[in-house]
Amino acid sequence: MIEDAAFYIFAGVSLFSAIAVVLSKNIVRAAVGLLGTLGGVACLYFLADANLLGVIQLIVYAGGTLILIVFGIMLTSQSPWVGFLPTKVQAIAASIVAVILTIGIVRLVTLVPWAQRNPDELSQSLTVKSIGDALLTTYLVPFEVASVLLLVVMIGAAYLARTEK
Amino acid sequence: MASITLPWVERNPKTLTSQRRTALTLLYSLAFLHVLLVIASWAWLTPLSSAAKDLTDGRIPLVLILCVGSVIGMLTFVTAALVVTFYRLVGRILAAPWVAFIIFIGAIVGIILLAWLHAEAFAFVKNMAHPAYTDVNPAPKIFGTSIEYEQSVRSIYEQNLEPYAFKIPFVGNVTVLAAYILWPLQFAIVRDLVAVGGIIGFISIVPGFGIWWERKIAGRMQSRMGPMRAGGWHGWAQSAADGIKLIFKEDYVPPSGDGLLFRLAPYFALVPAICAFIALPFAAAWVFRDLDVALIFILAMLGIEVMGVILAGWASNNKWSVYGAMREACQMVSYEIPMGMALLIPVMTAGSLNLGAIAEAQGGGFWTWFIFKNVWCFAAFFIYYCAALASCKRAPFDLPESESELVAGFLTEYSGFRWSLFFFGEYAAMFVISGLATILFLGGWMSPFPSEWADKLIDPNTNHFVATIIRGVVAENPLWFIAKATFMFFLQLWIRWTLPRIRIDQVLYACVQVLLPMMMVVLLGNTLWILAVDHWSWMQTTDMIINWILAALGVAVVIGMLAIASYGFRHNKALVGSMAADQLPGK
Repeated sequence: MIEDAAFYIFAGVSLFSAIAVVLSKNIVRAAVGLLGTLGGVACLYFLADANLLGVIQLIVYAGGTLILIVFGIMLTSQSPWVGFLPTKVQAIAASIVAVILTIGIVRLVTLVPWAQRNPDELSQSLTVKSIGDALLTTYLVPFEVASVLLLVVMIGAAYLARTEK
Repeated sequence: MASITLPWVERNPKTLTSQRRTALTLLYSLAFLHVLLVIASWAWLTPLSSAAKDLTDGRIPLVLILCVGSVIGMLTFVTAALVVTFYRLVGRILAAPWVAFIIFIGAIVGIILLAWLHAEAFAFVKNMAHPAYTDVNPAPKIFGTSIEYEQSVRSIYEQNLEPYAFKIPFVGNVTVLAAYILWPLQFAIVRDLVAVGGIIGFISIVPGFGIWWERKIAGRMQSRMGPMRAGGWHGWAQSAADGIKLIFKEDYVPPSGDGLLFRLAPYFALVPAICAFIALPFAAAWVFRDLDVALIFILAMLGIEVMGVILAGWASNNKWSVYGAMREACQMVSYEIPMGMALLIPVMTAGSLNLGAIAEAQGGGFWTWFIFKNVWCFAAFFIYYCAALASCKRAPFDLPESESELVAGFLTEYSGFRWSLFFFGEYAAMFVISGLATILFLGGWMSPFPSEWADKLIDPNTNHFVATIIRGVVAENPLWFIAKATFMFFLQLWIRWTLPRIRIDQVLYACVQVLLPMMMVVLLGNTLWILAVDHWSWMQTTDMIINWILAALGVAVVIGMLAIASYGFRHNKALVGSMAADQLPGK
């Protein structure tokens, strides 16, 4: 019962902040809304016993990416209140992409036969140890490819940011 | 700030006679009412306790509240009435500075004893609940999983727990009383509430004590006395007085700023710091939730805390504040990397991500603490500590709020209660990083002695109270954790009042070009070292020798520090100004 209540609370927080992200015209406020969404989703992961996923969500997206976004806004802003006013073309393109994405996700959720699993078995399979083992054995190639991709991005960023000689 | 004189240290207490008479009548009648309650509930309790084969009876909490509650109430009211009666005498005694000192020390000792009793009660329940742990049926986490209370009550009666089961007059079997008192703990939500209360209480005490302590240390280091008035003995009530002042201050929101974010920001700074305590273990079972990802969770919480500072700076719409926020953002984002990598070293050495397992791996005396394990761990400790100082914006990395250049940085526009929330968050985060350093490098809740000594001193099967205490001192205890973490906390205060603040380019240089490359070398070195020790037997000898050398170094540093401190203590009059000299302890 408490789990159900918690689910609705966290889902509500996520939804509410997501709506705030979309409707807010102030970029920093939108970023705060995004923090609420990411935090709410992380809480849903915690509720589903996916501790590692929830923590990674918090540390990578909420604690890292989002702060970099806000930092970027602060560095590049011309006026104290950075507005967010998309042009008509941008708005139409964005809504088309959003509609396609929504249809795709809804189709996916309804089509996939979600396995009903025993909670005990589930919490066993979701430990950090088993995920780490899987990443370094079964999924080693995708894992390494992702690492190389990140390395390339980092070198590229460092190249772009270097001082001109 | 004007000094606040607390009512109990008023020199000449003047009370109006009529007021006192009214108060006395009220208190004595309340006490009498409680006496009646005690008698009534006693009449109810006696048949129940004689037939107490089934303690899961729903009437027990009622009896508990009535009996224990009314005894406590009676004692309280009688004491209060006595205090009112002898107000002049009590006030005169309390006004003496040494009494305030005794109260202060007594309160600290009392809190420690209470915490210990608390721990013993939980351990008692835990031991009774599952007499034999197996891999299939593991030992219950005190706050995590449920304790089968019925089973525990049955075992009270089945096992003959001699040391606990002594009779006291009119109360009867003490074991039964313990079972009554522990009755509400069978509900998981009650245990959670107790734990949350404990955590929030602890977080309230840490900043209050920490700020007073910091101001006293700052005073001593600058040859002055620090707070001296509020409370009597060395201004021990200064933080309480400041708290009262802050609550009554005007709650100012800059009209040209972003009001919503300005109001929201203090909570972003405070709540993650409290959340970090969810996963921070104080001892083996002394943790709110024993997460397998506790380390990353705490790191994530410390990372989100920055959001509060950034928002505060941005929403203030003030140049100083935005500078502070930007400094905090770039400082935090860069220092998180060496900090996270330094935390990997003990994880690799212990072979586990679980904070409990990491602390248990350091239980064989202080030379097995990971700080002395090998050179790489030794280096990782200092890198972690530097990065942690920067991540919770303590000096010499306190650029976001540097008062000499940025007024107060992100705090410039804040006042009153919101301002104090930032400090609650900061001091809570300071304790979190100290606690993390303690668990990962300094043996956590393990004592400096090998834990086998406890079994040699005390038969492992005895469950006597004194035996538990000795085991707590020799082997493991939450108080060891708190003591070590408090020392790490003290180090932060010491560093703050010793080192000057460094410039922002120096901060970033220190991280990206010094700490980060060093940390990479340490990470690689530790990996290869572990592999080599596993591989070659001569490496094991080398490892042991290095371990002993480092441990000896640690002992030498501690002895040297104590020697210098005692020299300073003996020559304090020569070292500090003449004004402060009279107020120093031990004069």
